[in-house]
Amino acid sequence: MPAGRTQGRWLLAGAGLGLTGLLISGFTIGAAGWSHEWLNTAFGALPGGQFGIGLGGALALLALLMLLGAGLARLGYFRGDLFIAGAVVFCAALLLLFVALPVGKSLIGAFLDEAGSLSATALADRLAQERVWGLNCLVGGVRCGVAWNTLFLALLTATGTTLMGTLIALYAERGNRRLTKPLNVLALLPIITPPFVVGLGLILLFGRAGLVNQGLEWAFGIPPTRWFYGLFGVWLAQMFAFTPIALMIMRGVVQGISPGMEEAAQTLRASRLKTFTTVTLPLMKPGLANAFLVGFIESMADFGNPIVVGGQFAVLSTDIFFAIVGAQYDQGRAASLALILTGFALTVFFIQQRVLGKTSYTTLSGKGDAGLVMPLPDGVRKLCLAIAGPWLMFTVAVYGFAFAGGFVQTWGRDYTPTLAHFRTAFDLQWGAGSGAGLGASGLVWAGTAWNSLFTTVKLAAIAAPICASIGLLISWLLARTRFAGQRLFEFSALLASAIPGTVLGVSYVLAFNAPPFELTGTGIIIVLCFVFRSLPVGVRAGTASFKQLDKSLDEASAMLRAGTATTLRRVVLPLLKPALAAALVCSFVRSMTTVSAVIFLVTAENELATTYIIGRVGNGDYGVALAYCTVLIVLMSAATALIQFLVGERKLGRRQAS
Amino acid sequence: MSIEFRKVTKRYGDVRSPLVVRGIDLTVPKGTLTTILGPSGCGKTTTLRMIAGLDAPSSGQVLIDGADVTLLGPAERNVSMVFQSYALFPHMSVIENVGYGLTVTGVGKASTLQRARATMESVGLAGFDERLPSELSGGQQQRVAVARSLVLEPSVMLFDEPLSNLDARLRRSMREEIRTLQQRLKLTVAYVTHDQSEALAVSDQIIVMDAGLIAQAGTPRQLYEQPGSEFVAGFMGEALLFSATAHSDGSVRLGPLSLRPRRAVAPGPVKVAVRPEAWAVGEARPGALAAGLLKTACLGSHQELTLSTEPGEIFVVSPDVGRTWRTGETLGLTQAGGGVSVVAAGAGPKSQ
Repeated sequence: MPAGRTQGRWLLAGAGLGLTGLLISGFTIGAAGWSHEWLNTAFGALPGGQFGIGLGGALALLALLMLLGAGLARLGYFRGDLFIAGAVVFCAALLLLFVALPVGKSLIGAFLDEAGSLSATALADRLAQERVWGLNCLVGGVRCGVAWNTLFLALLTATGTTLMGTLIALYAERGNRRLTKPLNVLALLPIITPPFVVGLGLILLFGRAGLVNQGLEWAFGIPPTRWFYGLFGVWLAQMFAFTPIALMIMRGVVQGISPGMEEAAQTLRASRLKTFTTVTLPLMKPGLANAFLVGFIESMADFGNPIVVGGQFAVLSTDIFFAIVGAQYDQGRAASLALILTGFALTVFFIQQRVLGKTSYTTLSGKGDAGLVMPLPDGVRKLCLAIAGPWLMFTVAVYGFAFAGGFVQTWGRDYTPTLAHFRTAFDLQWGAGSGAGLGASGLVWAGTAWNSLFTTVKLAAIAAPICASIGLLISWLLARTRFAGQRLFEFSALLASAIPGTVLGVSYVLAFNAPPFELTGTGIIIVLCFVFRSLPVGVRAGTASFKQLDKSLDEASAMLRAGTATTLRRVVLPLLKPALAAALVCSFVRSMTTVSAVIFLVTAENELATTYIIGRVGNGDYGVALAYCTVLIVLMSAATALIQFLVGERKLGRRQAS
Repeated sequence: MSIEFRKVTKRYGDVRSPLVVRGIDLTVPKGTLTTILGPSGCGKTTTLRMIAGLDAPSSGQVLIDGADVTLLGPAERNVSMVFQSYALFPHMSVIENVGYGLTVTGVGKASTLQRARATMESVGLAGFDERLPSELSGGQQQRVAVARSLVLEPSVMLFDEPLSNLDARLRRSMREEIRTLQQRLKLTVAYVTHDQSEALAVSDQIIVMDAGLIAQAGTPRQLYEQPGSEFVAGFMGEALLFSATAHSDGSVRLGPLSLRPRRAVAPGPVKVAVRPEAWAVGEARPGALAAGLLKTACLGSHQELTLSTEPGEIFVVSPDVGRTWRTGETLGLTQAGGGVSVVAAGAGPKSQ
């Protein structure tokens, strides 16, 4: 049959039939027969149920989706491009299946009352609570509602991290070149550590048994208190945790600013400062907004820091957690809190879109550009140094203490140096002769942490490339192609980015514990959770880079008869190397360090590093926890360096300042 | 016919957004160079992009070599394009840029290298293999861009304002090179520009576009000498338009002057377009149009004069560079020869 509309219709019909059949049979027949009561009455009980979709089923699903894409392309959608059609259908199906479906399923819980039927009053009751929206703290009361807490914290964190990230990025790229390398290492540290390391390090410093409090007691006789736990503590911890993300975004942006524009401004008699404020900064505006947005959402979704240093200061994500895990087990309450959180995130996004409009600053054009980057104006350089310098020193101190914590007997009481914590977690033995009855020979991974470490590395390493490729693919589809329904597509991709980890984790447990998608307890569900949790980072890294890549480069490649896939591989990807590296690193590292999303998903056989550590912290076993963190940090720096090395720098042949 | 448009329209966005191209039919004969000329925003680049397949028409058909390619992507059309910004891949060397189209279509390594080298030689770029685009001058980048599209031996080659980033001297030599190349290889070329002298210099056919429509199509001579509308007359060769009266003897009266247009027109009020070089400047005398000299500039080969007359300011190009021109003196204008054409009154939407 020739390629054309008729062929398209047949393809579409075939794929539609297959998909409908698959989904109907999947959703109506559960593990123990019909899924719904009315089917039992209509057709009589089934003799047996069915299992979830396996590998073959997934493959069939994928094949049907590709057929659907091909059919749509033949009908003239997506400009007839098979690759784009396939990619859109594929990504849309992924988002639908692994974000919209589970989240929708769990959010609907907010509308269900105790009996399980839809009820508007149930939602209204849960939403309008004093604990959520109270403003007591403004009039001298004890605490504000969690919603206000979350918003206020997010605002502080987003502003702080954006500012800090920008200053460091500017200083690293445009300031003192000699400091670039050490700055890189230092700024990367917070990225490659689990978020609660900062929290733990801060506790060792400011906590009740921390150095600061002990020092105050010794010098002035002030009894130690828990003053650090609360808004300030969480904010500080988040600053350390999320500034690197802002830094990564802003570095890409600063690098992408064409020197030619600054040179142009300077030849127009603008002083360096004037050039900086009128050209450099405005060119960075989309990047700044992006960094702010990411900071805001990260802060709202953060779970590790509020739970470690939050104390009585409650935010939405921890409240959701306690609503599910705590004694209350109130799924409806968790769902309604999640609804509020998601609403906030979406609002932020739309505000940002409105403010920025459709500004696009193409600064990496297809015309080879040559020019020297402008050094920072003196005032700005001093500002960067004055603010970023102390921050970096403080970072070193906090990490120093976190490291040290793993090497002493008991912090606050017994500072004897010891390696006992490492031995507990990572003991290696030669099995020959030392038979504990197993008769093991050769290397024995005797430490208690090996198992969780191997699992985490394996799952994160599987998730990172998947996440980076899907993320960049989505950002490319959004930035470079036009198709019907693109706004909807963008909206779902955005929905994925706005879902906090806690919500995603709970949703996964609830949605994937029954056929047709029965994944609870497997490693796959953890990988999927990793992927869709880090996806927004990949998408945003890609989107920011695409804004700076001249569209005619893609078009030139297309004109030279490169297929869409080839264009992506040969032209787009090499120019997107910084974004690719960022996406890979972020995805891997976030997967290694995430707590909130996976805390519901781990099982005995799939224990992860972070949940192991949280367990240790829960037991008050700070030594082992910090020793484990140290090992994780070393491991992840190695991985980050490896990824950077493998991906390589993009070569543009710009002149270097000598 | 190599390229053919049938009732093509284009709008960006949904049905409420305005049409950028408002229904055009055009043909580009095989082996010729056709320029699409027009002011910015007239839809000429959109038209080119629809030939390329980078934009899909909202309605109508695009045919290349007789085959309907309306729904095909750029890679499936056997066309190639030189971009205004050149769009050289900044991360590839010159030879990789030129060979790109061959590698991605599955041509072997050795043959790719050989063909890329040969093409580079033909545009005068031998020995630049390993340079990065950012290490080349503007003219060299332009040649790389041309070589990169040429190497695929496309049946249609498109140029989107290829000379707008070059300096004047280079512009002239590059436009000659493009023309020579086109004639030597018998290429079918569609060429977008907003510069009428560039269009006149290189074209077999010129299509003048205005506000999403084709104002006129024809050979350079036809367009220059017989503009079909005020707009074309104004756009081609800086002609000035005057309201005048046609008489039954074929002459046209403009003030005291009697002008002889190339074609006779029906008597009545008309618009007459007079080109700057169609005027003869002499001493003030009866029967000539009295004119005061406002500005003058010597360009070596000719003299540019701006004169104030009763119908308005007139821009004149005079070959008389030996004479001493003094601002303020009073002169007389008469018709020197050709360069006068009559456009039916109100035939075009715009006048310039």
